[in-house]
Amino acid sequence: MWTGTPLFPESASTMAGRVDALYFFLLAVSIFFSLLIAGLIVFYAIKFHRGDPNAVGGVIHGGMVLEVTWTVVPFLITMVIFVWGASVFFAMSRPPDETLNIYVVGKQWMWKFQHLDGQREINELHVPVGRPVKLIMTSEDVIHDVFVPAFRVKADVVPGRYTHLWFQPNRPGHYQLFCAEYCGTRHSGMIGQVVVMEPSEYQTWLSGGAPEGSLASAGAKLFQDLACNTCHRPDAQGRGPVLEGLFGNTVQLQNGETITVDEAYVRESILQPAAKVMAGFQPIMPTFQGLVTEEQLLELIEYVKSLRGLPQVRGPQRGSRVAVEVQTR
Amino acid sequence: MPPRHYLNNGYGISSWLLTRDHKRIALLYLASITLFFFVGGAFAVLIRLELATPAGDLVSDETYNKLFTLHGVMMVFFFLIPSIPATLGNFLVPIMIGAKDLAFPKLNLASWYIYVLGGVFTLYALVAGGVDTGWTFYTPFSTVSSTTNVIPTALGVFITGFSSILTGLNFIVTTHRMRAPGMTWFRMPLFMWSMYATSLIMVLGTPVIAITILLVAVERLFHFGFFDPRLGGDPVLFQHLFWFYSHPAVYIMVLPSMGVVSELVAAFCRKQVFGYSFVAFASLGIAVLGFLVWGHHMFVAGQSVYAALVFSILSFLVAIPSAIKVFNWTATMYRGSISWQTPMLYAIGFIGLFTIGGLTGLFLAAVGLDVHVTDTYFIIAHFHYIMVGGTLMGYLGGLHYWWPKISGRLYPEFLAKLSAGIIFLGFNLTFFPQFLLGYLGMPRRYHAYPPEFQVLNVLSSAGASILGVGYLLPMLYLMWSLRYGRISGANPWGAVGLEWTIASPPPTENFSETPIVTWDAYDYRKPVAGHVA
Repeated sequence: MWTGTPLFPESASTMAGRVDALYFFLLAVSIFFSLLIAGLIVFYAIKFHRGDPNAVGGVIHGGMVLEVTWTVVPFLITMVIFVWGASVFFAMSRPPDETLNIYVVGKQWMWKFQHLDGQREINELHVPVGRPVKLIMTSEDVIHDVFVPAFRVKADVVPGRYTHLWFQPNRPGHYQLFCAEYCGTRHSGMIGQVVVMEPSEYQTWLSGGAPEGSLASAGAKLFQDLACNTCHRPDAQGRGPVLEGLFGNTVQLQNGETITVDEAYVRESILQPAAKVMAGFQPIMPTFQGLVTEEQLLELIEYVKSLRGLPQVRGPQRGSRVAVEVQTR
Repeated sequence: MPPRHYLNNGYGISSWLLTRDHKRIALLYLASITLFFFVGGAFAVLIRLELATPAGDLVSDETYNKLFTLHGVMMVFFFLIPSIPATLGNFLVPIMIGAKDLAFPKLNLASWYIYVLGGVFTLYALVAGGVDTGWTFYTPFSTVSSTTNVIPTALGVFITGFSSILTGLNFIVTTHRMRAPGMTWFRMPLFMWSMYATSLIMVLGTPVIAITILLVAVERLFHFGFFDPRLGGDPVLFQHLFWFYSHPAVYIMVLPSMGVVSELVAAFCRKQVFGYSFVAFASLGIAVLGFLVWGHHMFVAGQSVYAALVFSILSFLVAIPSAIKVFNWTATMYRGSISWQTPMLYAIGFIGLFTIGGLTGLFLAAVGLDVHVTDTYFIIAHFHYIMVGGTLMGYLGGLHYWWPKISGRLYPEFLAKLSAGIIFLGFNLTFFPQFLLGYLGMPRRYHAYPPEFQVLNVLSSAGASILGVGYLLPMLYLMWSLRYGRISGANPWGAVGLEWTIASPPPTENFSETPIVTWDAYDYRKPVAGHVA
């Protein structure tokens, strides 16, 4: 019965070892203090067991040295754990500059993955080994959560905003992906797997998919279909801001504040255009709330990103090109 | 038995339903929370039965989600939160400080009726088909997506919150205004300090959950955009509001139990609690710091890195007063005159299980590690060690310790020790494997799970069946003892404290004349009053 019953999760990312090290340290601290307390209690309970039914205990009120000791020692230990935990968390929160970006849309009860080259997957995510991967995630309905135990990472997927999760797989294989935030009836069916492949296999896999062209090109088509291009013209003659070179920059708003053009701002400007209008423009753009799906929003964002005029690292030919983005931030 | 006491002062249903005696109200609460405990417990049994196999085969996914939701709602809001304050607290707060009753006896009765009304709404939600949001009511699932009885459940929680607020208010005023002559703050039993700290949280925290729950109901009914992003709301705002109450609520549940354990350790070691003032201030420290750590429930919810770090360090700080208490209880046993009677077994069980619960809390406060284990069975195991291993052990220990005072009769000692042992073993077998499951990555609230998690789940389910027997036994033998138990006398334990100076059961007015207190709490140097060895 015990065969095939793991007591410790497999490790398949660069983060796993760091999380496990902290876990084992905490385990050691916990075992030490549990045994100390349990040992003392059992020892005292036996040694000072009441013999005479009328006996009372010794008169001891307390002791300042002991009180200070068992205040300061736990304090110091917890501060060590705090700093350690914080440093691991910093590493989890800060993706490296160059990441392979993949968009994720969660909905009741499935995961949709969109690769920059246009491949789409459901409940299965293919990534190459040894490269940092960043997931840019949102939800169509309620809060979900991407959790890959073998990578020791997890992040909520929240409707109406983009959250991020990054990991660097270091061992090829198939790893479970769970939805870790309760999301309704079939929550426990919202599972999938991450397939970590050798780079060459990954190239083969990539060239096998992508029937519709890249995500940015789908966005470009949508940009035409929705007639965005009538106002957002590249020649500064339109009624809307020029989008070329805009993404990643800091712009001034009408109310004098500044904002960095990121995924969240582009999204908001499509769905609630009047919320944050750039200085020098009128709030005349109609809302596209309800007219574009979450996936189409991601295509549009990717298109706007592709216009930023920064060099994009691309492979030699279209069929095998790997969409690596150079992140400026 | 004394000829005249609070139990025979008036017979018939109206003498109970219209009583203003804090002791009778305590028993009204005892009966109602016991009902909810066993309903909530029955749901837990079904959950563990379902999880004995990886496939979701015993109940449907819809039913499963309703089971864990109602288990959580009933156990948290209708059992754990009122458990010790409304029963033992109601019974003991006036007596421990030498008062005839609480400051507002009618308000005390009103708070029980409010609790019952809230309970009726929740039971209605159950009968009408259940609710599937989880006890946490996370938006926008609860406001937009769920098609179950969210509104009746939310109203139940909303209403019962007022009973908490009124009880807290009553205890605070009573502690300030009703202490007998000479009963200074630092002569009060530590149970009083923990009740006072708990009451502060009840009064300051509960209004926040009430408003939050109301906002959920309003968004659900009238589509006001508080939390739904499509209506311009923010779903994570709900989590901030919810945990702003619900984290302090953890201390509403465990602080009273800590107070009970201080009493038990002192009485069964016949010795003053080591570092009295440190234990007292630790209660207040927990109450204050407990309000500043809610964000640690949201490390993966997309809050800023720096917010996470602040909540992380504050969460470590709130662990310190708990550690201080554990060390002080342990030190109290040194050179004590230690009896191994049932309440002491529960106190020892509490210290052991609470230590494990507290230490595993450090895993969760360490933000880089929390990311992996949050929303898994590690969390489930951790908070059951605190709330069941902690709160419930303290509650049962206290119930056994004060049972002679409440009923005038002793419980059967051998059976009680046996049950305490069964509960301790069953508890650990149920919840320890869940730590391993959590680190392996099994998410919580899963109706079906991958087969490699089965062995640990079977162990957990086996433990739960043992635990179930352990909880049934005390209910049976305590009821039996009401009629057949040995007459206890005023002070069966040879304990000090004002409650042991009066008859068992006490007269309605508690004290025939107001006591004048000239001694510190737990002073075992003077001859013990009323003690029959």
